[in-house]
Amino acid sequence: MIEQGSQAEIVRQSLKKRYRKERRFRMYGRVAIAVALASLLLLFVDIIGKGYTGFIKTTITLDVTLDGEAMYLDDPTDKDQMSMADFQAPIIASLQGYFPQATERSDVRQLSRLVGSYAGNQIKDLLVDNPGLLGSTQTLEFLVHDTVSVYVKHAGDEAYSVRLSDQQKGWVDELVEKGVIDTGFNDVLFSRGDSREPTNAGILGAIMGSLLTMIVTLVIAFPVGVSAAVYLEEFAPQNRLTDFIEVNINNLAAVPSIIFGLLGLAMFIGLFGMPRSVPVVGGLVLALMTLPTIIISSRAAIKSVPPSIREAAMGMGASKMQVVLHHVVPLAMPGMMTGSIIGMAQALGETAPLLLIGMVAFIVEVPDGFFSSATVLPVQIYLWASSAEQGFIELASAGIMVLLAFMISMNALAIWLRKRLERRW
Amino acid sequence: MQTANLLPLVLVIAVVAYALAYTRSRSVAEPLGGIRNLKALPFYYAARAALWCAIPALILLGAWAAFEGKVIQNMVVSSLPAEVAPQSPGEASLIVSQISNVAEGKLDPTRVPEAVLGAADLLQNLRAESSNFKTTLVILIAVLGSAFAWTRVQPHINARENVERTLRWLFFACAAVAILTTVGIVLSVIFETVRFFGKVPITEFLFGTSWSPQTALRADQVGSDGAFGMIPLFTGTLLISAIALLVAVPVGLMSAIYLSEYASKRGRAIIKPLLEMLAGVPTVVYGFFAALTVAPFIAGVADMIGLNASVQSALAAGLVMGVMIIPFVSSLSDDVINAVPQNLRDGSLALGATQAETMKNVIFPAALPGIMGGIMLAASRAIGETMIVVMAAGLAANLTANPLDSVTTVTVQIVTLLTGDQEFDSAKTLAAFALGMMLFIVTLILNIIALHVVRKYREQYD
Repeated sequence: MIEQGSQAEIVRQSLKKRYRKERRFRMYGRVAIAVALASLLLLFVDIIGKGYTGFIKTTITLDVTLDGEAMYLDDPTDKDQMSMADFQAPIIASLQGYFPQATERSDVRQLSRLVGSYAGNQIKDLLVDNPGLLGSTQTLEFLVHDTVSVYVKHAGDEAYSVRLSDQQKGWVDELVEKGVIDTGFNDVLFSRGDSREPTNAGILGAIMGSLLTMIVTLVIAFPVGVSAAVYLEEFAPQNRLTDFIEVNINNLAAVPSIIFGLLGLAMFIGLFGMPRSVPVVGGLVLALMTLPTIIISSRAAIKSVPPSIREAAMGMGASKMQVVLHHVVPLAMPGMMTGSIIGMAQALGETAPLLLIGMVAFIVEVPDGFFSSATVLPVQIYLWASSAEQGFIELASAGIMVLLAFMISMNALAIWLRKRLERRW
Repeated sequence: MQTANLLPLVLVIAVVAYALAYTRSRSVAEPLGGIRNLKALPFYYAARAALWCAIPALILLGAWAAFEGKVIQNMVVSSLPAEVAPQSPGEASLIVSQISNVAEGKLDPTRVPEAVLGAADLLQNLRAESSNFKTTLVILIAVLGSAFAWTRVQPHINARENVERTLRWLFFACAAVAILTTVGIVLSVIFETVRFFGKVPITEFLFGTSWSPQTALRADQVGSDGAFGMIPLFTGTLLISAIALLVAVPVGLMSAIYLSEYASKRGRAIIKPLLEMLAGVPTVVYGFFAALTVAPFIAGVADMIGLNASVQSALAAGLVMGVMIIPFVSSLSDDVINAVPQNLRDGSLALGATQAETMKNVIFPAALPGIMGGIMLAASRAIGETMIVVMAAGLAANLTANPLDSVTTVTVQIVTLLTGDQEFDSAKTLAAFALGMMLFIVTLILNIIALHVVRKYREQYD
């Protein structure tokens, strides 16, 4: 009895310590979850903080006199003259209207660096379309130079103004005050392809490239994946070959994506002589990569169709194929579609294999077909993120936001489909 | 005609074949007293006709598209006269692109040698011929197939069985794509790797401690050989993966434990999808985050406490990669912890153990093999991860264990060696495939062991 009592005493004494341990253990769990969620939050906050300025463009509105003499141009229909003419001159003249004291060479050079390098082309295009405008005065809106744009968007932040001289800063401040330099929604971002000039670059080319690539991926991966799942669930005999197929699918699901890039490079481009950088090859590679995901989720969907459905159909005299095609597949379709959309969202964000098959080229034109050179959204983000200009970094984060928006809506669609169409048996 | 136009054309012929066979089966059935006297429904006769039309034509079209370019190219190159005939594969690819640029009008014909002009003409002719031949043949086969199926619309033939058997084979072919992909991966890395080992001895590759693949343009330049020792790359990969696992394993495991043992049902329903979002974020986004936010931050902190950190430190890449693989560890561990039978849990709690003690002494040991499997899968993920390290880790192949130093990894080198224009045959390019093969083998072994462990463990309690 005494011994039991003392044992209870020991337990009682240790209880406090054990409860403390219990609380500590529970706290570790909370901390772990907090760390994970905090990283997620930090990631989003960081990207939005870096990238919201990518959705803003900075423009400068000037009254430009299209003075033929200053441009060394007297006939806008003459191609030789047009290629030699100085279209920058009217812009500088107009700027000098605001700053009459800026007449020295170095001043002029600094002035000309306030507007984007494509501003001259804008005047040229205008004159090509309307040769009659030569000599008239037009109010035109130009994109400012990248450095000015960054400076204006981050007004007051020292870190973003290092590439402008004090004189330029003074000019810019004055022009902003007068309302000549203004900011607005960056429609350029959604209407152009890539460019060497951050203010002039857009993601439309990359979005189209992604779209074309995804179409190829979907057209190949969905039917093949669903058929493979149907075969493995409904028809495959229990033998070595079937086992081997299953082992392969499971392994392919875990093979690093870059290996699929090597496959694409050696097989599709090297062996079959397909062109580089085109959506077809990208789509093929991504289709092979997505296939295991689609097969695995489609098999789960087929498995969840209750056997009673199959038995009832068989009982009515349907053949095995009729049972599968008329009953099992339609009932499993929502699950298959959900899995496929999730797989497609993964493929949309994939970068590494596409680098290897040459979709990293600098491409200005918006791709117009499955065989035209293209890049995709994540690769475009990678390209912009690796360049030094602040303007491109902003664009990269803006691109990330667009990419994430696409992925989130695809996943939302998948969840909606599952909620809406999936039947619980 | 272009493949892109032929494809719809074949489909149109298939639809026509379907319609014709459908009407014919009905008209055949008419004198017999209705379609119930046919062996199969009209649909099956029609479907068979469409299959007979489309499948052979599509196979031919696919084969043609796959090999046309290569065959024509070889014919053109072999037609070149001896004095311009390429000596090396590098020259060959140069001359081929020259020829095709002339043929497509992208290159001024006056600026290339006579022989190239001739070859360009030949190329254009061959392309036109091949295109015509392909169009004729594909249409012919499609029509012949339909015609054959049309004649076989007879009441005593069971078209349904035919169609179903064909479909079964089609389904099987789709499942076999998984095998073909694996075979394709193995073949595409093996050939180049063997050629690589012809240029660089395998022992040097496996055990060399210096990596600098910059082969010189001229043979007499300094360092013209390049060094292809993969040890620094592998240690770099392991260093970054180890950092990633150091982050992901404790965080992932503890989250899984909390979610499965402590969290309320509602909390679980909210937190789990949020954690899973971490796995859905594209890797290029993590790379951006690592390179532009975490790396400068770490360099700044290290500078403050008097350490010298590289801007492309292994630590930054590893930390961010760790965050990326948290959901892998947590969802796999969650699965195995939930698979531990409830009676083990109840037994331990009934003996007076606290929840933490139950977890540590009963459930965790029982779930350990499964958790190990999950960690191995996560490790294979980390080793094969590309974009984070391409963007945040460096290119310098340092043999170091200092996480603040810059290291490079296998995947970074594959990307660096293979992006941009390069000859298909230099040791540099081939080295990338050899690295790819190493990567494939390592991840494959990890995956096979992990899957085996997980499956064996599941069976234990099922």
